Amino acid sequence: MLEVSNLACSRGDHRLFSGLNFALHSGQIMQVQGANGSGKTSLLRTLCGFMMPDEGAIAWRGESIRDLDEDYYAEMLYLGHLNAIKDELSALENLRISAGLSGIELDEKEALAALRRMGLRGRERLPTKVLSQGQRRRVALARLLVSDASLWILDEPLTALDVGAVALMQELVAEHLAREGMVIFTTHQPLQVAGVEMRSLPLS
Amino acid sequence: MKQSTLFGLLVLVIRRDLVLAMRRRADVLTTLIFFVMVVSLFPLGVGPEMSMLRKMAPGVLWVAALLSSMLSLGRLFSADYLDGTLEQMMLAPQSLSMLVLGKMAAHWMVSGLPLVLMAPVLGLQFDMSAQALGVLIIGLLLGTPVLSMVGAIGAALTLGLRGGGVLLSLLVLPLCIPVLIFGSGAVEAVSTGLSVASHLSLLGALLVLALVFTPWVTAQALRISME
Repeated sequence: MLEVSNLACSRGDHRLFSGLNFALHSGQIMQVQGANGSGKTSLLRTLCGFMMPDEGAIAWRGESIRDLDEDYYAEMLYLGHLNAIKDELSALENLRISAGLSGIELDEKEALAALRRMGLRGRERLPTKVLSQGQRRRVALARLLVSDASLWILDEPLTALDVGAVALMQELVAEHLAREGMVIFTTHQPLQVAGVEMRSLPLS
Repeated sequence: MKQSTLFGLLVLVIRRDLVLAMRRRADVLTTLIFFVMVVSLFPLGVGPEMSMLRKMAPGVLWVAALLSSMLSLGRLFSADYLDGTLEQMMLAPQSLSMLVLGKMAAHWMVSGLPLVLMAPVLGLQFDMSAQALGVLIIGLLLGTPVLSMVGAIGAALTLGLRGGGVLLSLLVLPLCIPVLIFGSGAVEAVSTGLSVASHLSLLGALLVLALVFTPWVTAQALRISME
């Protein structure tokens, strides 16, 4: 369970939000809503521990994420604006390396299966610099398939994706929630997950 | 799916950086060619007076090695920073220091080791004796990893800054002075007939010290740069 109490964040002199409270339990999904510049990305980056909050505390299963540090990171997965894939490496190499960095050794078969499910059949061994924006995003999203993290923090996961890939994302999120996972995300496109209540967190 | 070990992670990072370096070969070659050029300019500029060349050889080789290792430091973290890989590394459930150590090791293999291998060939231009060349290689083997590791701290601190390259050199070069002094001192000791052991053991001590502290310091600097 992720618990945020009285959180306040600022960028430079500008206070983005303050007094933010919420709790996210297993099987729940929450959409962070707000206009451009309202602090959605800053909130997600604070939840990842990249930024120190001005005030307030973030707790994972009752303990502060600062104290948990690496134990917290083992249970969460963050996908930001940047895809974190290398142009010079193939989709397959990228996926295996990023899984390796998060502590999971993938063999080639598992990695290929994940990439094919993401609709990249036939492009697994091409250098990612020849792929389109949407395909590169799919390579990044393939990490969701191979991770065993219970908390997903997704910043604009649907950018550059076509209709088919958005449907696939909805499927992945639904499967994750059915496994008692948690998702907190931002998006400007609609993401519907059948049978689950979508909680929303407005930032202003 | 099995969980990887700390050592497995180190190997993964080193292999990844080496593969990337092999696919961007121009970057590797610039460092080496810069080293060869700078060292070769001195005999041409100073003239073919053997005794003078022999005397200045250790200093020239070491200063050139120092400068060319500066050249590649800017790229140590910047590519990973720009494409978001560094963010993911910080979220890795293993220690960031270990990842940093892997990146340092790969950086040394790509930009330090070629210099060590090239140095004896260049030393011949300065009419260095076989014994002096031997000491030069041992000194460089001990010293260039220190340059990579100390340089990594500077690279982490200047991450994402405009004009970071100059600032990086200003930060790192003073810290590398001890390596320069002991490294070239060892080669000079050969020609004056003194024992080289003291210089080399001090270089070794610097290496051990750097191995223990710099990965942790660099990891902290990266966390600061990411905020």
